[in-house]
Amino acid sequence: MSGIVLEGVTKRFGDHLVTDAIDLVIPDGAFTVFVGPSGCGKTTLLRLIAGLEDIDSGRLLIDGVDAAQTSPAARGLAMVFQSYALYPHMTVRANLGFALKVARRPRAEIAERTEQVAEMLNLTPFLDRRPGALSGGQRQRVAIGRALVREPKAFLFDEPLSNLDAELRAQMRIEIRRLQQQLGITAIYVTHDQAEAMTMADRIVVFRDGRVEQAGSPGEIYRNPASRFVAGFIGSPRMNFLGGAIAAKHGAVTIGVRPEHLAIDPAGTISAAVQAIEYLGSDSFVHLGAQSGETLIARGVPDLDFRSGDTVQLRIAPGAVHRFDADDRAMPAPAPAPGANIFEETV
Amino acid sequence: MTAGVAIRQRSYLQGPGRLLLAPAILLLLAASIAPLLVTIKFSLSDYRLLFPDSSGFVGLSNYARLVASPDFVPALVNTLMLIAVVLAASIAGGLGLALLLDGPVIGRGGLRLLVISPFFVMPPVSALLWKNLLMQPVSGFFAWLAALFGLPAYDWFSHAPLLSIALIVAWQWLPFAALILLTSLQSFDRELREAAQLDGASAAAILRHLLLPHLARPIAIVVMIETIFLIGVFAEILVTTGGGTASTDLAFLVYSQAMLQYDIGAASAAGLVAVVFANILAIFLIRAVGRSLEA
Ligand SMILES: Nc1ncnc2c1ncn2[C@@H]1O[C@H](COP(=O)(O)OP(=O)(O)OP(=O)(O)O)[C@@H](O)[C@H]1O
Ligand SMILES: [Mg+2]
Repeated sequence: MSGIVLEGVTKRFGDHLVTDAIDLVIPDGAFTVFVGPSGCGKTTLLRLIAGLEDIDSGRLLIDGVDAAQTSPAARGLAMVFQSYALYPHMTVRANLGFALKVARRPRAEIAERTEQVAEMLNLTPFLDRRPGALSGGQRQRVAIGRALVREPKAFLFDEPLSNLDAELRAQMRIEIRRLQQQLGITAIYVTHDQAEAMTMADRIVVFRDGRVEQAGSPGEIYRNPASRFVAGFIGSPRMNFLGGAIAAKHGAVTIGVRPEHLAIDPAGTISAAVQAIEYLGSDSFVHLGAQSGETLIARGVPDLDFRSGDTVQLRIAPGAVHRFDADDRAMPAPAPAPGANIFEETV
Repeated sequence: MTAGVAIRQRSYLQGPGRLLLAPAILLLLAASIAPLLVTIKFSLSDYRLLFPDSSGFVGLSNYARLVASPDFVPALVNTLMLIAVVLAASIAGGLGLALLLDGPVIGRGGLRLLVISPFFVMPPVSALLWKNLLMQPVSGFFAWLAALFGLPAYDWFSHAPLLSIALIVAWQWLPFAALILLTSLQSFDRELREAAQLDGASAAAILRHLLLPHLARPIAIVVMIETIFLIGVFAEILVTTGGGTASTDLAFLVYSQAMLQYDIGAASAAGLVAVVFANILAIFLIRAVGRSLEA
């Protein structure tokens, strides 16, 4: 059992409250992704869990044991840094074996573990090179291998793929996920890329200004965002928001509609001007300016018999409206009033 | 990139460019080569101030006399010993200070200023301070400390003259080593240290496996620069022991040949030997330090 439990974990840098009484359960063996905008405290929380920063108040339980006073090494967690932090003067072999070496393991065991991990990560041809002579993806794999050698209770990744190009990033995502599933190790993965979060996570934790905004499976978060912030952060292109009269019709201050739920339909009730059309092969996105001022995006429009500058009518798919109150919190789906079908757009 | 630089360098040094550089180069050559040539000439001549009439080419006899003289080998050994002790003490001490100052110490700014201060004290002054205030066997601070523990006072300059001088010089060079190593420590990647902590490395293991390799180059620089200056240690010897076989180094030997025995020829020969010696030493040390720490 390697569950990690945070209870009211708080950290300040001076006056700045970086994590504000965070309660969180990291499930055993699952891939948990911390996601949130820059500066919201994801890295800090990861460092608190790793033991690289001290917790100001609150409890951190690893395997049910309070670990707040335990040294980073004794917590048995391994971290993969954004900058990889490979030891530049050592060969890949020495980098991989360093943890075992300082733990004074027998030479034969170090050699065996190192070879084994190198094999797993396709690093065998590079064992005698220094990190400086490796490509970005290879360095990334060495960093993961260095964490793997120690057989940690959990992996902590801090934006490990942000230095790689798009293609390699997609490839490494799959590789990391495969490795984690194969080993069944608990993983916490920090990113500010919502696509990375959606594709990799068993469980997503969305942060905002040092607080947990919402935690849940990718599907849950996508379908039922707890706030306007989460709704806008998760999903690409981002959710469309409409205020004013249309929202009021739904009994909300703001309503949100995902691009795939906005259809261009002469029978629609929202007038908007086409601003630009993006064809992406399998997908197409239409950028629109609503008469009420909002910028909207509609996805996957089937028949494109209009051009930039045209005015079109938009229809919201039934049951696809997210409602938000004055505090931008999500409102529960309203019970259908007798005699009125609120899922039918009737503006 | 290298190609671009090479092309630009070539164009600099072509045709009229080279001509325009000529005056400066000639001046430099005159300033550095001329004294060397004059020294070589003197070292090959019979040139003693007590016998102004006797002059002329005497071949290598000055060198032969120097090497045969009972002062030469001790001076060579003393020079080496002095350099070795000062290098070891200033680098070990400087590393210690740098590690302390790199950490979160209260009053770090003030401490740094204090650490630099020995560098501002002129060598004869610091030697006199050490001799009269610290190492003096009757009224010195060390004698007082020894008395505090009921130990007999130690007469530094009569029992260990070379070591005493080495201590003084090491104290003067400590700030230099500390500063160079401190700036280098501050450029050490914090994440590397944290990665090592997570890997379970102790402070000693981090020092041995990460910091020392990181410091290899700055240490080599300290070794090289200190060696160049330590070959010529002179004032500290003059104001403490005033020479003597036990504490005369090559520089002091040159001085005593020229100014005490008025033998310019022998002094020039000793000076040239010191120059060659310094070069050999520097090359050897830089190689050794670079290799041992990079491995
Ligand atoms: N050592 C520190 N001292 C003071 N403030 C800090 C320190 N480290 C982080 N902060 C502040 O804490 C906040 C959270 O930082 P953190 O690095 O955790 O953000 P993040 O969510 O990881 O952002 P990013 O996605 O940009 O990496 C920021 O406002 C940052 O300025
Ligand atoms: Mg971060």
